[in-house]
Amino acid sequence: MTVVAQPWSAVRRRTRMTPARWGLYAFILITALYFLLPLYVMVVTSLKPMAEIRQGNLLALPISPSIDAWVKAWSSACTGLTCQGIRVGFFNSLRILVPSVMISILVGSLTGYALSLWRVRGANILFGAMMVVAFIPYQLFIYPLVRVFAFTGLGQSLATIVIIHTIFGLPTMTLLFRNYFASLPHELFKAARVDGAGFYQIYARIMMPMATPMIVVAVILQTTGIWNDFILGLVFAGRDNLPMTVQLNNIVNSTQGERAYNVDMAATLLTALLPLVVYFGSGRWFVRGIAAGAVKG
Amino acid sequence: MERANVDIRSLQIGFGGLKVLDNLNLHVDASEFLVLLGPSGCGKSTLLNAIAGLIDVRGGEIHIGGRDVTFAEPKDRGIAMVFQSYALYPRMTVRKNMSFGLQVAGTPQDEIGRRLAEAAQMLRLTDLLDRRPSELSGGQRQRVAIGRALVRHAGVYLFDEPLSNLDAQLRAELRVEIKRLHARLGATMIYVTHDQIEALTLADRIAVMQGGVIQQLDTPKTIYRAPVNRFVASFVGSPAMNFISGRIARDAEPTFVAGESRFSLNGYAFRGTPADAPAVLGIRPEHVEITASNDPSAVAARVEIVEPMGADSLIWCRLADGTAFSLRHDADAELRDGDTLAVRFPPNTLSLFDETSGQRL
Repeated sequence: MTVVAQPWSAVRRRTRMTPARWGLYAFILITALYFLLPLYVMVVTSLKPMAEIRQGNLLALPISPSIDAWVKAWSSACTGLTCQGIRVGFFNSLRILVPSVMISILVGSLTGYALSLWRVRGANILFGAMMVVAFIPYQLFIYPLVRVFAFTGLGQSLATIVIIHTIFGLPTMTLLFRNYFASLPHELFKAARVDGAGFYQIYARIMMPMATPMIVVAVILQTTGIWNDFILGLVFAGRDNLPMTVQLNNIVNSTQGERAYNVDMAATLLTALLPLVVYFGSGRWFVRGIAAGAVKG
Repeated sequence: MERANVDIRSLQIGFGGLKVLDNLNLHVDASEFLVLLGPSGCGKSTLLNAIAGLIDVRGGEIHIGGRDVTFAEPKDRGIAMVFQSYALYPRMTVRKNMSFGLQVAGTPQDEIGRRLAEAAQMLRLTDLLDRRPSELSGGQRQRVAIGRALVRHAGVYLFDEPLSNLDAQLRAELRVEIKRLHARLGATMIYVTHDQIEALTLADRIAVMQGGVIQQLDTPKTIYRAPVNRFVASFVGSPAMNFISGRIARDAEPTFVAGESRFSLNGYAFRGTPADAPAVLGIRPEHVEITASNDPSAVAARVEIVEPMGADSLIWCRLADGTAFSLRHDADAELRDGDTLAVRFPPNTLSLFDETSGQRL
């Protein structure tokens, strides 16, 4: 690497505010406000008692803040006929999420590995078909899939929704891992074959340990995707396993009498909490993974 | 460790409509060090990968140690391989890298330990065993890759341009190390390179390849002294061989005529009967002799440029008709641009090629 001595003026110039720079900052500020303002309104509303909300000062800070609405949303809000709060949906979503994420990544990485490193007959056609299917809207599949699962006897169940998420996650996961494995030096694969490792040994002992960045990206993509899913959960999970998003909808829509805005806001924030935590917790990894995929793939 | 021979019979390899190797035959003796030498795209790496079982064969047979392995898995061929990019497993320590293959094969732990210690000691890797590949220098990485091959106790060791990613000094060091290893183990080794110096220094025999065809298969000395065609002559040797166009004249003795310059061919070992025909004369720079101007076989030349190279100098000259050639000479000689020299081309050092076919005459 070469070190180029910079003249003083060049260093100074960085702090000088030009009109273009003012414009840029203004744009960033407005964009940030656009996204942050609704969040702010939601947070303050969820902390206000109904009496305060009725006064209509949407942007005002709560005068006597309380977490009553949060407690109610979590444990006693009514989702249709039962009134056990959104926590039921939270644990349902978790039960759907964990196996779905793990299995879809396992299957997707295995498919991507096979398609990138082994000469599978018709690999390109297979992959092409998968990509085409990925662009067809979900809704088209729903009725046929309902029939298929009814026929197999699985019907609406936890297993059904996990299988559904695995299938719908397959194209993205395969693409992600296929491109990553294809970007690794091919000689690594050859060396493992000369060493006598088989299909699964190369996958488990050589390739997956190298794929950590991709696994993190896959976990983020699948976690947020599956957590935010509404329609698939509604159709395939069955009444006992309805995910949090569906429960949230029920809470918001099944209010009788006065609309409890504070509870609705709290329930919404609770539902959004997990993706939010994932993004904040893994932003660095997310960018790194995407960048690695972009440069190498 | 058994030392296996390798026998390749009318091998055919192609990708789609492209024929990379067609009807290729090659025999490598046990304990031999064979170098496959050629420019990129000549099929040498393809041939090596086919021996390793890493690419599919369209036709022909590959025998290793007397066993037909044409369709055998790489691990069942009794081979070990070293790659250009080292291809070390990045998430494993040096120890794990070297023992992975043995573990997969289910070798007993104490045997793995013994082989590992032996290879590590031989390649001076003992202190590095617990490091990751990313913590090693390029030369160390390649030594680990060689060590990973050694612990397999294979019948044949395959090297695919193992030194190409290293800088010049390291390359020279590791070259000697590989040569020492071969002398010590006496193992069969097949080594692919595009570097003719590596080929000349390491090989028992060199197979010079171009366009998927072995042009010449012989000892380094013969390849260097008596190349069978113009391609081999120009590819091997640095600085490169001089080529002078002219014709063979059958006077009292065979003579090569280039413009006004005449070179005696008395003592040149013709393959057939020399014909009166256009030809190309090849001579290596170090074989050109500076002689006294009254020498009857002397030819006049004018010095154009002197390139000092340390131990000696490369002197670029022109013949009377303007044909350029170079000669290697003692660095102490006081030669300057524009000097006139009398040079002699000793007939027994020459190579004569047919002008159209490029074949040695």
